[in-house]
Amino acid sequence: MRLTALLAATALCAPAAADEMWISNEKDDTLSVIDIETLEVIRTIETGERPRGITFSKDFSVLYICASDSDAVQVMDPETGEILHDLPSGEDPEQFVLHPNDRHLYIANEDDAITTVVDTESRTVIAQIDVGIEPEGMAVSPDGKIAITTSETTNMAHWIDTETQELFANTLVDSRPRHAEFLKDGTELWVSSEIGGTITVFDVETQTEKAKIEFEVEGVHPDRVQPVGFELSNGDETAFVALGPSNHVAAVNAETYEVEDYILVGRRVWHMDFNADKSLLFTTNGVSGDVTVIDVAKREPIKTIKVGRFPWGAAFRPTN
Amino acid sequence: MKTYLRALIASVLLPAAAWAEVEIAVTYLQMQVPRPPVLSNLDPIPDDLGVAGGELALADNLTTAKFLGHKYNLSVTSVPEGGDWLTAARQALADSPFLILDAPAQAQLDVADLPEAANAILFNASASDLDVRDQNCRANLLHTLPSNMMRTDALVQFLVKRRWDELVMITGVHPGDQAFAQSLKRSLEKFRLELSAEKTWEFDADLRRNAAQEVPLFTQEFGDYDVLLIADELDDFSRYIEFNTWQARPVAGSDGLQPVTWSRVVEQWGAVQMQNRFTEQTGRSMMPKDYAAWAAYRTLGEAVTRTQSSDPTVLLDYILSDDFELAGFKGRAMNFRSWNGQLRQPIPLVTDRAVVAMAPLEGFLHQRTELDTLGLDEGESQCQAFRE
Repeated sequence: MRLTALLAATALCAPAAADEMWISNEKDDTLSVIDIETLEVIRTIETGERPRGITFSKDFSVLYICASDSDAVQVMDPETGEILHDLPSGEDPEQFVLHPNDRHLYIANEDDAITTVVDTESRTVIAQIDVGIEPEGMAVSPDGKIAITTSETTNMAHWIDTETQELFANTLVDSRPRHAEFLKDGTELWVSSEIGGTITVFDVETQTEKAKIEFEVEGVHPDRVQPVGFELSNGDETAFVALGPSNHVAAVNAETYEVEDYILVGRRVWHMDFNADKSLLFTTNGVSGDVTVIDVAKREPIKTIKVGRFPWGAAFRPTN
Repeated sequence: MKTYLRALIASVLLPAAAWAEVEIAVTYLQMQVPRPPVLSNLDPIPDDLGVAGGELALADNLTTAKFLGHKYNLSVTSVPEGGDWLTAARQALADSPFLILDAPAQAQLDVADLPEAANAILFNASASDLDVRDQNCRANLLHTLPSNMMRTDALVQFLVKRRWDELVMITGVHPGDQAFAQSLKRSLEKFRLELSAEKTWEFDADLRRNAAQEVPLFTQEFGDYDVLLIADELDDFSRYIEFNTWQARPVAGSDGLQPVTWSRVVEQWGAVQMQNRFTEQTGRSMMPKDYAAWAAYRTLGEAVTRTQSSDPTVLLDYILSDDFELAGFKGRAMNFRSWNGQLRQPIPLVTDRAVVAMAPLEGFLHQRTELDTLGLDEGESQCQAFRE
């Protein structure tokens, strides 16, 4: 009864609300929803076990959640917080990426060395692709033709032809690749290597390495500078790179591949997302259980927001 | 797009075909040393201890190999104590220059000194003796198991950090216990602590019945202290000490807070995934010797992947170079000490239920890497074999 009243209240005020940042809390089995205007947590929503990767559909009508230990991708109505249904996901889904067709989810099944492709409409698995051990980083090229899976223990980026759902290249990177993104209209692929401490830049057309970005945080031993998630500012000018237990985010000039700044955030920073105009960046800090809000123009942290235990993924949701 | 992709496929398949001759055979060569009797049989030693770690690394390597056209296999040779160890070693070396050794330190040195092993790469996955990393080191013998000293340095760093500096120790009579006790003392000296008292455990009573009577009396003489250290690497009596001591104090060393190579409670840094793979494969938890064997074969696999070679000389050069790094699920890249072939690695300090701390602890600094605050450092190592 009380819940219904709460839900009604939430639904009522939703249209007038500000944009939101959604955070998955890996060890709390919840999502924290941050109001981007007040920078406060306004809702906490229960999920399946060990939620990690989260992403919205292109129209933001549903949220997909990798509930790793429930072996499911859950589909949530973000208005009500209700789980609408589960998608077949393969075992231990960790991270995924939604194809530009808004329909196919490419899911990394961490325990099974498989990438699963799920059709979110028919709710069926349309392909399973053998990749390296502990697949994690996932990306799709802007034209939708190439999907990438990186495998943490095999240390490769696996290149998938999305037409045939087969691998067409496997390229070595440094140890424990964690995250991949296409840049500059899909001409470059960046892959972060957590233990290697680098980002490898690939030329997409030839799948060859064209640059390697290294990091150096003053007063922190190189072993602890561990690049994980990263996101690009407007126009792909600057890459913001989470550096794990060094507790910093690097700002990298995406043209020159030079690191311009290091921004202090919470402990063991994992992933991040921007607000609508990319003036604010929200980082998930796994160990300290909070989210750091960075002023992108000033490259300064402006606020720390306590969320659940071991925040992992971040996904922006506009409400207007 | 289609033709474009087809061209890509061709370009990728070609190099793979050229690499196809890389084939790595590894023998896990084990000496079966019977364990002396212990007071409790609650924790039997698994039959596949060590081997199972090698098998997991084989599976890991094979997954990478299928994208590169490489091949790996693992065979196991087990020799009873007193059996013809060196003949078995010669046979294994005739098949392949890559061995994972699970045997006492001297037996490993005997293999390393065989002429057939001159160009081999041997991995010590079982012996924690400092000696084989020091004056008795061999240039063809790498160590993926940490030395006793790495583990005891880790524990002592924790004691220093907590300022628990009033210390006493109980030592068992088994040679392994004595070695661990010696190592603890050396670590205490290194970090400027000392024992205020020390006793040897020689009881032959059945402590399952008598611990509550024997242990308080036995520990009463210690007076007051911060932590009771236990050197019982055989795992004979130590489980009966905690909560039976005269003083209400924690225990550490071979029981209580333990510095370990690996434990099922290590779950950060992606370790959960490896633990899951291991448990799925074996039905049990991964133990230190499993980890050392895994690290050995993964070291080899990593070197093969990066060098595209199966030549032991090329591989050993790469393994000992600055370029080598192994992601070992302990939070930092691991590589080998160029002066004695020891794999650098963090040491988890654990209870049965959780990781308490990860050594090296914050604040213990080193000019090269903080990992070198654990174990024999370059300046103090008497190992010459790697410098030639």
